[in-house]
Amino acid sequence: MTRIITLASGLLAIATMAAAEDVAPSAVSFADGGAILASLSGMPGDPANGAVVMVDRTKGNCIACHQVTAINADFPGNVGPSLDGAGDRWDESQLRGIVSNAKMTFPDTVMPSFYKNSGYIRPGAAFTGKAPEGDLPPLLTAQEVEDVVAYLATLK
Amino acid sequence: MTRTTSKGVISAAMLSVLASTAGAEIGDKLVVNGDLELTVEAPAPAFMADTGIKTIYSGWLFRDPDTQKIEMDDFDNPGMLYVDQGAEMWNTPAGTSNKSCADCHGDATETMAGVRATYPKWNEAAGVVRSLQGQIEFCRTEHQGAEPWKYAKAEINAMEAFISMQSRGMPVNVAIDGPAQSTWEQGREIYYTRYGQLELSCANCHEQNYDHYIRSDHLSQGQINGFPVYRLKDTQLTTASGRFVGCVRDTRAETFKADSAEFTALELYVASRGNGLSVEGVSVRH
Ligand code: HEC
Ligand code: HEC
Ligand code: HEC
Repeated sequence: MTRIITLASGLLAIATMAAAEDVAPSAVSFADGGAILASLSGMPGDPANGAVVMVDRTKGNCIACHQVTAINADFPGNVGPSLDGAGDRWDESQLRGIVSNAKMTFPDTVMPSFYKNSGYIRPGAAFTGKAPEGDLPPLLTAQEVEDVVAYLATLK
Repeated sequence: MTRTTSKGVISAAMLSVLASTAGAEIGDKLVVNGDLELTVEAPAPAFMADTGIKTIYSGWLFRDPDTQKIEMDDFDNPGMLYVDQGAEMWNTPAGTSNKSCADCHGDATETMAGVRATYPKWNEAAGVVRSLQGQIEFCRTEHQGAEPWKYAKAEINAMEAFISMQSRGMPVNVAIDGPAQSTWEQGREIYYTRYGQLELSCANCHEQNYDHYIRSDHLSQGQINGFPVYRLKDTQLTTASGRFVGCVRDTRAETFKADSAEFTALELYVASRGNGLSVEGVSVRH
């Protein structure tokens, strides 16, 4: 009985630690070609939530620029290429790099950097047009990036 | 509707997209009231040689046929109501001078013809580049001695619409050299700056990606020859600087104010990218 409790609290501790151990946006390290080797949250991603994040206008809003056949959204944009087959073209660490800061993979790309929170010119508080109070969070949390990466990896 | 995925390439394919978007019903000619043809396509000004854009296009070409049609008939164009309102204000005395605009400027169809086409413009006495709204506001407060109108709000927009109509069909022709040059350069700098948390510049969307779609929105070159614009979704007039506020805000940025020096400089620069397109008077957009 005692052993079980210890084990359970041990697991809890691990879970808490993982959440606390998100790689900070400023501490992300990019390999050659812009890939990020390890999970930003220390946890695997949830592809189902990744698809939700990609459609949400206040989060990824990826379909503003990308068409994805498996996501049945009205009027996807075409500023970027279709993401169909992205999981074949890129491995997970490359996808993580592209979603976090695509400029490391495609210099000067128009694609926004989703896991970054400094170096902006006149950043605003979301879509208010006003200056933010305090520091801005990155556009996506570490776990949301992982979720999106997990979803992209299914696009084969 | 054809959608192209070739990025930023001005090609025959692109022109065919324009043609097909402009719609078989309407075509790519903007003829108002059946008799006034406006120039919606022109060679790009020389300074744009390194932008990859050889031809400049009015935003009208990128709109759906139903929206296009509204601009083709003054009876259908709700912006004309504001023009009538502006005409009335033109003749109404105001302020401590108790003078109307007409008292000093006479018949607007003569004295204001061509004025809109050259704004924003260097004002020698003030030593700054003024937007048309800035000039109207100056006359209102300094010459009439009246309370200022609120920049980019209903009354001044109506006056701008009225004055703009006196140049309908004339080519945009703003000066970018001489004393206006440094302001123009400031505007160019702003045009290429990637603002906000999305880090997007005007050029990212309106130069590199015009004729592509952001979600359902068909990206134009972001020209301002049509301004002021009657926007169907707002059911009111929008000025160029008002539009800039919205576009910058949408990049998750802190915008500049509509009447800021920054947006006046940007307005000059963007206007100059449309040198050669017709002033549309009051255009209609979604
Ligand atoms: C403002 C437009 C824009 C947005 C928003 C955007 N992208 Fe992109 N994306 C691009 C462009 C443009 C490219 C092509 C890269 C280049 O610039 O050469 C690209 C490339 C990519 C690629 C590599 C293309 C391939 O081979 O599959 C992936 C993956 C990708 N984006 C994923 C995303 C995801 C996921 C999101 C949302 C979290 C997103 N993008 C949001 C514009 C955008
Ligand atoms: C007391 C005389 C007076 C009144 C009243 C007056 N203006 Fe002016 N306006 C001027 C003068 C003088 C100029 C020349 C430039 C300057 O002083 O800024 C001018 C210039 C202009 C210009 C620029 C013309 C150009 O060629 O660049 C516009 C537009 C204008 N006025 C609009 C208006 C409007 C609209 C009103 C009424 C709200 C108005 N003015 C009322 C005296 C007046
Ligand atoms: C994320 C992409 C994006 C950026 C960045 C952007 N815009 Fe826009 N803009 C749009 C969209 C979408 C529209 C509506 C469709 C159209 O006309 O292009 C629009 C419309 C406009 C229009 C109205 C054109 C017309 O004919 O009615 C102007 C003017 C304009 N933008 C100027 C600017 C300027 C100046 C900047 C830089 C400060 C800018 N935009 C930045 C997306 C953008």
